[in-house]
This record gives sequence, structure tokens and C-alpha cells, in this order.
Amino acid sequence: MLRFIIRRIIVIVPMLFIVVSLTWGLIRLAPGNFYTGEKKLAPAVEQNLREKYGLNKPWHVQYRRVLWNIARFDFGTSLKYEGQSVNQILWRALPVSATLGLSAYLIALFVGITTGTLAALRQNSWIDYASMALAMLGISIPNFVLGPLLVLIFSLTLFWLPPALWNGFPSKSLILPAITLSAIYIAYIARLTRSGMLEVLRSDYIRTARAKGLSEGAVVRRHALRGGLLPVVSFSGPALAFLITGTVVVERVFSLPGLGNYFINACFNRDEPLIIGIVAFIAISVLVFNLIVDISYGFLDPRIRY
Amino acid sequence: MDEQNKHPGELGDAPVTERGADPPVLQVGPEMAMAEDVHAVVTGELVAGSSLWRDAWRRLLKNKLAVFGLVVVLLITVSSLIGPVAIKKITGYSYDYIPRESRLNKSFPPFRSPEGQFSWAHPMGTDNAGRDILARVLSGGQISLMVALIATAVSLVIGVAYGAFAGYIGGGVDDLMMRIVDVLYSLPYVIIVIVLLALLPAKTPTGQLAQLFIALGAVSWLTMARIVRGQVLSLKNQEFVLAARATGVSTPKIILRHLIPNVLGPVIVYATLTVPTVMLSEAFLSFLGLGVRPPRVSWGSLAAEGAQNLAIYPWQLIFPGVTMALMLFSLNFLGDGLRDALDPQMRKQ
Repeated sequence: MLRFIIRRIIVIVPMLFIVVSLTWGLIRLAPGNFYTGEKKLAPAVEQNLREKYGLNKPWHVQYRRVLWNIARFDFGTSLKYEGQSVNQILWRALPVSATLGLSAYLIALFVGITTGTLAALRQNSWIDYASMALAMLGISIPNFVLGPLLVLIFSLTLFWLPPALWNGFPSKSLILPAITLSAIYIAYIARLTRSGMLEVLRSDYIRTARAKGLSEGAVVRRHALRGGLLPVVSFSGPALAFLITGTVVVERVFSLPGLGNYFINACFNRDEPLIIGIVAFIAISVLVFNLIVDISYGFLDPRIRY
Repeated sequence: MDEQNKHPGELGDAPVTERGADPPVLQVGPEMAMAEDVHAVVTGELVAGSSLWRDAWRRLLKNKLAVFGLVVVLLITVSSLIGPVAIKKITGYSYDYIPRESRLNKSFPPFRSPEGQFSWAHPMGTDNAGRDILARVLSGGQISLMVALIATAVSLVIGVAYGAFAGYIGGGVDDLMMRIVDVLYSLPYVIIVIVLLALLPAKTPTGQLAQLFIALGAVSWLTMARIVRGQVLSLKNQEFVLAARATGVSTPKIILRHLIPNVLGPVIVYATLTVPTVMLSEAFLSFLGLGVRPPRVSWGSLAAEGAQNLAIYPWQLIFPGVTMALMLFSLNFLGDGLRDALDPQMRKQ
């Protein structure tokens, strides 16, 4: 187990290196730079700025500095947001994205697992068919269509919820973005739970549990769910990657000051330190999260040994 | 995984050394005749294969949801292909036609003429430049379908070639190739695609499209490679492959002629399920302003425009959004139906 974890942690380093190098290479390859925008700078001013940010040094010096920055987890200063370090921006934007993503995922886990379990227990009933059709609908409606539609209904017609605003965690402004983001996960988790539960409910140990005389509720809660949720757990790894794409869209639809919004703006502004900072940060969190998922697998299923 | 890798190595090496040590044996008549028998068995299997396809087709037709999906997919595809031309003929509107008259140069609700009366001219209304939304949705469908199909084809070619090669060669090469896939799996590639498209915009709209489907295809072949490898691993020790190898068929030919035709079922199923995901990715990128560029439109860029004018002209979002959702919905049902039809073992009990 420990060996497995150590091996996985060692793999993270080269992967981070690949992602960052790829991003850095793309930024270098792209014609133009931050200063070739609509606002023309005087050559002397641009020269001074380039010197200040170390952009006039040869490429290998800059590349080394980027890598060194990541090793220290200090990504330098943003070019666009003058006087703010990338770390400041990251720590300001992260809580927004994390709150949004986490609430969406919790909603999805709760609704998805409940629906999926019900569908599996009442297989081929109308509950089963209705929830699976709804799940397919959830997978098929893009979140950038669902979000504006929800705004249209709940903000612009019924005037219940704000269309765009960020008021931190327990606030009305979180409801619509979180629901928009969670729709597709509810759908995936419901489908995964259903198929996982169907398989488990037919297995021998469930028959044993029933034969022992356990009530149906206890069989489901204590025995079936644990095995039936394994697919949901392994989905949590890729889910984070999806969640990041999802937050990018939802933050844009609802104009939330999260990582995704900063990232897209940084790409359009060619704010090199900010792009690399956010990419490295996202890569680290995805890789670490995947590791956690793999480890938690072993705890859930006693048959898995590393 | 490791045990599976060992088997092929032992079995795979044996015929090669035999052939190397004693080549004349292969020239002897009876041996060749036997090989031809084996080929007959192989072709016999292919005949059985065609009836497998017919069976699958029958099973697909029994699945109501899949048939619904198939019909809707065909309907939207055909109307996207001929719709824009037909609208041009009938009303004179095309996706980028902006009326000169300032009276017409604004957004009308669906089925309304400029005077506010019922009219068939614009069943989906017009956008705020007076362009016909139906024509735009259908033209957008063309682009969305094209990007989705070509990107899926790109991912299909890479995935099948990679997976078949890794699975057939086996051993250390296979280990390495699959480790690479594992590594790529856990990369946040969408982020890299966004960086790529934002920083390296192509010069022309067509170039942009090409960039889009290469980028999307290049990141969506991983699962395909895994599926094909798994299938090839289980197939390559069967007699027909052994027979082909014994008769001296070269490795690329064995992979192309004997292995790939036998993994077509899962490949088709997975490709059908890739189309909606790629379509969604394209729409996602276009929504962010990174995909299809004006004057061209796709469902994603139409939804982005619609979302901006949501408060005043909701129909600009609703029609492209609902069309896209309907298409994705049907494609998913069709994919699920195909999986049930082609792979009876995976059917829902």
C-alpha cells in the first residue's frame, strides 16, 4: 500500500513537468505576446516592462525560472493585474470555484445515488424508466444551455433567484450555478449507481445477507451500497477533470470570479505567468485527487490489495 | 493485466522460431492445403459475422428508444444537409444574410412577420441582426456534425491503430504504450486545448475548423485505444490468428485483415458514443469563443449568442439549445441501443 502511494506520488512530478512544458511551449510558439495588444506602448516603456518581468532573457533562462517557480509554488506576478502576484489571484479565485464545484458534486452525489438506488431496487418499473430517461436528458443538455434557461425561468420570469452574483457560501446566488453544474453529474452518478447496484444485488454475499434474515433496508444500506458505489468512486477521478471544464462554463454564464473565468481571460490576454500558474495548479489538483481516489478504492472494496 | 501479457509472448514466439528453423515445411503441399482449410474456417467465420450484423440490426429495431434516436439523428442530419439550401430557395434567407431594410433588421419572435402577424417566413424567429434563426440553426448543425464526425474519425484512426498495435505486440511495448495512455488520461487536457486554441488562432475560418477537429480528435482516442487493446488481447490467441501467422501473413496484415474486422462491434459502439461527447466539446469551445468563428456558426456559438440576448430575445437561445440537446439525446440513445444490440453480453438484464 505504502509502496503504491509512493510510486504514484513520484509519477506526479514528470506529469506536471509535461503539462507545464506543453503549456509554456504553446505560449512561446504563439505569435505575439502580452504587449502586442490593442494598447500600443512606447518602445522604451515596453523595454522597461520586459526587463522588469524578465521577458528579455534567453528562452532557457525563462523556462528554468518557470520550473523553479513551480517547484517553490510561487508563480510570479501577473502581467495584466498589475501588482498582484499569481498566488494572490489563485487564493482569491480558488474558494469561489471550490465552493461551486464541491456544492455541485455533493448535490450530485446525494440526488444521483438516491435515484440510482431506487431505480435499481425497482428495476423495470416506471421509476426506473423515468429516472433513466431523465438521466439521459441530464447528460444531453449542455450546461451552457441549461444555465441560461434556469436564469430565464427563475431569475427573469419568477424573480426568485439572482441571475449573476457571488455572495460566498450560504447564499441564494449559489443555487442556480450549483444546480447547473451538478445536472450532468446527477445523471452520470445515477446511471453508475444503478448498474453497480444491479450487479451487486445479484451477488452471493447479498444472498447470504438476505438469508441471514436481514431486513431489505439493512441489506441495501450495509452491504449493497458499499459495493454498488465502487463505480461512483472511480468516476470521481475523471469527474474532477469534468468539473473543471464545467466550472469554466458556469463561471462564465453566471459571471463568477472563479479560477475558470480568470483562466479564460488570462488566455485571451496572454498573461503568461497567470496562465502557467493556473494550469500548474489545476494539474496538481487533478493528479493529487486521482491519487486520493485510487487510495480510497482500497478502503471501500476489501478485495482490492495493492 | 500482467498475466494476460505473458501468455501471448509464449504462444506468439513459438511459430516464429519454428518457421525460422525449418522454412521448407511450409512449401509442402499438404501443409498448404491445411492452411487453406484454416482460411476456409476464417471465411466461414466471416459469413457467420454477417449474420451477426443482421441479428444486431434486428435487435436494434426492437429497441424503441434506439429507433427513436436513429430517426431523430437522421432527421436532423438530413435537414441540416438540405435545409439551408431549401430555405435559401424559398425565403431567400441564409445563415449570414442580413436584410438591408432597417425595418427587418431586428429580432422577431417565432412565426411573426414584421407587422406582428402570424407568418411562416421565420418559424424560429430572427436574431437581432434580422438573420433567420432556422437557417442559422441548420447551418450550425452542418458545422457541428462535420466537426463531430471528423474528430471522431481522427480519434478512431489513432485509437484503433494504437490499441491494436499495443495489444498484438504485447510484452514490454504494450506495457509502455498503455502506461502512456494512463498518463494522458489523468492530464487536464481540456485546459491544454483551451490554451492551444486561444493562443494559436488559425488565420482562416477553415483553418480554425481543421485545428478544432484535430485538437478534439487528438484528445479523445484514449478510451478507444483501451477498448481495442482489450479486444485484441483476447482475440490474438485464437486459432484463426495462429493460422494466419503459421501461413506467413505479416504482422501489419494480421492486424488489419484479421484482428480489426473482429473488433469492429465495440469500435462502432464506442465511436457512436464518442460523437456526442465530441459535439459537446466543440460546442463548449465555441461557447467560450474559441471554436467556430463568425461568420460561420455552430450550435455552440449560436447558444453563446443566444445567452447574451437571453433577457430580451429568449428564442435565440432556446432553438439552437434545444436542437443540440435533442441531437445529443438521440445520439446517446442510439449509442446505448447499438451497444445492447452488438454486445448481447453487456445487455441490461
